[in-house]
Amino acid sequence: MSRIGKIARRTFLIGSVAIVGGVAFGGYYISRPAPNPLKPGAGETTLNPFVLIDQTGVTLFAPRAEMGQGVRTTWAALIAEELDVELDQITVLHGPAAQAYYNSAFIADALPNRRYNISDFQHGLGEMLGVVGKVLNLHATGGSTSMVDGFERMRKAGATARETLKQAAADRLGVKRNTLKTQAGHVIAPDGTTLSYSELAADAAQISPPNVELRAASEWRLLGKSQPRVDMVGKVTGTAQFGIDVRLPNMRFASLRMNPKLGGAMISYDASAAHIMPGVEKIVDLGNGVAVVATNTWLAMQALEAIEIEWQDAALYPPETDAIFAKIAEAFSDEPNSTMRDDGDVGSLPTGATELRAEYQLPYLAHATMEPMNATAHFTGDALQIWCGNQAPTFTQSHCATTAGLEPEAVEIHTTYMGGAFGRRGEVDFSVLATKVAVAMQGTPVQVTWSREEDMRHDFYRPGAMARFHGAIKDGKPVMIDAQIAAASPAQQVMARLADMPPAGPDKVHVEGAFNAPYAVPNFRVRGHISDIPIPVGFWRSVGNSFNGFFIDSFMDEMAHAAGRDPLEFRLEAARAEWEPGAKVLETVREMSGWTGKKTPGIGRGVGFAYSFGTPVAQVIEVVDEDGLIRINRAWIACDMGLALDPGTVKAQMFGGMVYGLSAACFGEITFAEGEVEQGNFPDYDALRMHTMPKTEVAILETQKHMGGAGEPGTPPAAPALANALFDLTGKRARRLPLMHDFDLFA
Amino acid sequence: MPTTLTINGAQHHVELPNDVPLLWVLRDEVGLTGTKFGCGVAACGACTVHIDGVAVRSCQVTLADVDGAITTIEGVGTPDALAAIQQAWVDHQVAQCGYCQSGQIMQAASLLAENPSPTDADIDDAMQGNLCRCGTYPRIRAAIHQAAKTTEG
Repeated sequence: MSRIGKIARRTFLIGSVAIVGGVAFGGYYISRPAPNPLKPGAGETTLNPFVLIDQTGVTLFAPRAEMGQGVRTTWAALIAEELDVELDQITVLHGPAAQAYYNSAFIADALPNRRYNISDFQHGLGEMLGVVGKVLNLHATGGSTSMVDGFERMRKAGATARETLKQAAADRLGVKRNTLKTQAGHVIAPDGTTLSYSELAADAAQISPPNVELRAASEWRLLGKSQPRVDMVGKVTGTAQFGIDVRLPNMRFASLRMNPKLGGAMISYDASAAHIMPGVEKIVDLGNGVAVVATNTWLAMQALEAIEIEWQDAALYPPETDAIFAKIAEAFSDEPNSTMRDDGDVGSLPTGATELRAEYQLPYLAHATMEPMNATAHFTGDALQIWCGNQAPTFTQSHCATTAGLEPEAVEIHTTYMGGAFGRRGEVDFSVLATKVAVAMQGTPVQVTWSREEDMRHDFYRPGAMARFHGAIKDGKPVMIDAQIAAASPAQQVMARLADMPPAGPDKVHVEGAFNAPYAVPNFRVRGHISDIPIPVGFWRSVGNSFNGFFIDSFMDEMAHAAGRDPLEFRLEAARAEWEPGAKVLETVREMSGWTGKKTPGIGRGVGFAYSFGTPVAQVIEVVDEDGLIRINRAWIACDMGLALDPGTVKAQMFGGMVYGLSAACFGEITFAEGEVEQGNFPDYDALRMHTMPKTEVAILETQKHMGGAGEPGTPPAAPALANALFDLTGKRARRLPLMHDFDLFA
Repeated sequence: MPTTLTINGAQHHVELPNDVPLLWVLRDEVGLTGTKFGCGVAACGACTVHIDGVAVRSCQVTLADVDGAITTIEGVGTPDALAAIQQAWVDHQVAQCGYCQSGQIMQAASLLAENPSPTDADIDDAMQGNLCRCGTYPRIRAAIHQAAKTTEG
């Protein structure tokens, strides 16, 4: 513990091993290494920003947010594979907020292409542009990018460190480096002499790293095989430290109440009753809310209830749900922000075709992480420390610095385990609010924990979204899809909030999952209409795909039925003609589920298919009618991310992603009354539970050329697969969610 | 009010108002943070502990209402000495974010204590109050079945 604490403290200091000289502009700035944020102390050596070695062993840095997706383990495995250390012999830490930990995969993902059909040249271009993430200081986790980002870079980090250690051993033993072998943290000489990495580290630090070649996949010991997660024992013994578990000497506990009318200010408050309640030490005015600092979180929450507050109205959006959606629908009349797909001609109906129209509406959704928002802050006047689970350490650092009136370098971010994130912890609000409280409590560390109700009522929601489809079928095939999508833009809002960047150009995220649906349809147009409605929205697991996946695949199902075709075969034909890996996952769920296309009384089956974050996923869901109540009975999932670096973790992400999608499809909605979110806690915002979880099988294919993600692609096909199964069972088409309003679901 | 609690076999003296829920006594006063806050209204099970071996939601039990010996996740086993049920969780690689798992394990341990070989339906009944937003339910179920076998054997 003391060692980890020591490293964590020290890592804040900016390392002196950065390239010296030169100007920090242009290509040089982009291509030179970012400074190593790890500052080794006496007896410690860092060979690069991801490997630290001292007398007690090897510490690897996995600066990606561990929110449950297993990234800490697989990221470490990428380094360990080449470094030749065993996962159970090393320590894995997140590390500080640092430019060196930039995400190289975000930028490639933002390029305006469909991803699945790009050429090798375009793929290479995306990888090259990835270093722009370094210039932007994009130390962040999201977009199912971690493995794509780390796959080359981390194996190289491991290989370079290994060869440098071997060179140190070669120099010491007077032998050639290529005669040495490495295993389990040791260099082994031909005569059997073994030297531990710890013994060699200090010498290695003086050696220029040699060029390295990466091992072939056939030589891998760890990658491609399921590894025991490095966080598992901590998480089953209650010893893994989440943000809410941080305990510091002399720490106080706080909670807060913010204006439930989103964006509104606080007119006045009367805390006279709260001041005299047990344990209360301070009331802090947050501008649009108030915090109570106490000796116990619960006492702080009780005191908050006793404060009389007059809130300003949130005048900028309509106060009721129906009016909100009417406002969103107005965007359909505006010029589209994007037309990311415009194949053929949707202006005229193909001769002899049958046309279809459908409109869909999906609700706002909360993230509802199990661990409510929280952060711990300690302000000492000239420095600030923040402990919290977060997906964006450098943004957290800069925003908290501004709040505290400090330079970013004076703010140290300790990123803990996250009790779920799903995109919510990419925001900085909870850290900024904790900073405000800490500034008011200068010298005393304060942990600010939100109640579940505050968490649910002050989210950055998955936007409510609407779609209008006009399509046509002919000879049993889809010949036209003309889709219009209307919703607020999470990408625009997030970029404005975090980076103060104005909206620019077509918003790909807003229409992702629709414009790049890998279906061959000769006349296919997708237009995105951005609503400027200022309800706070953000990235919610799978983002645009979470609504567009439902729109496209529901409409495909409607077209299949209108054409009198089996819905799986109908999709399969359209997928096969466009992109083979898409067809393969559909074929796989057909085989797994024993899909016959025939109806069985009392049973409904539906298929869902979506391509997101580079990974095609198909799901078949089976529902059963049990005395008038509909239960989700079984699910089959097939995915193809090209290369599954940890199959056990990939499977967990696939069924977990599906559960997240099914939970929202069945029960999830955030609605508004008088400008306030109506849902406050799990009884109003339920999810799948043990008794409603279907029996699930997952198949992983590895046929496609480029790597895709795992954390989010399981979510988009879930809602349409379930809705399509309900149609198969009942003949009733779900054009809105959640399904609990229109179907008698077992709950 | 000064109160003495027996937690994981040790005595703890706390001075807090009588109406403070046990959850917040454990977390903020005693410093046992393995027991988690999720909802505060007994709707998620993350705060599940045992009082005299029976699973309770510690967010709903006030300090004054504690009438027996408390066991938290820290009292079940430690990283160096896992209990059979925790080993089953490790063997099945159950946890994702892991935040709900203390409560899941405490609930499952209580189930196994009263029903050493639960059926799937028994597991559904006993575990449906424990929410997991990561959706780890299939592996929880498998781990409970394994723990049942280990305990029997």
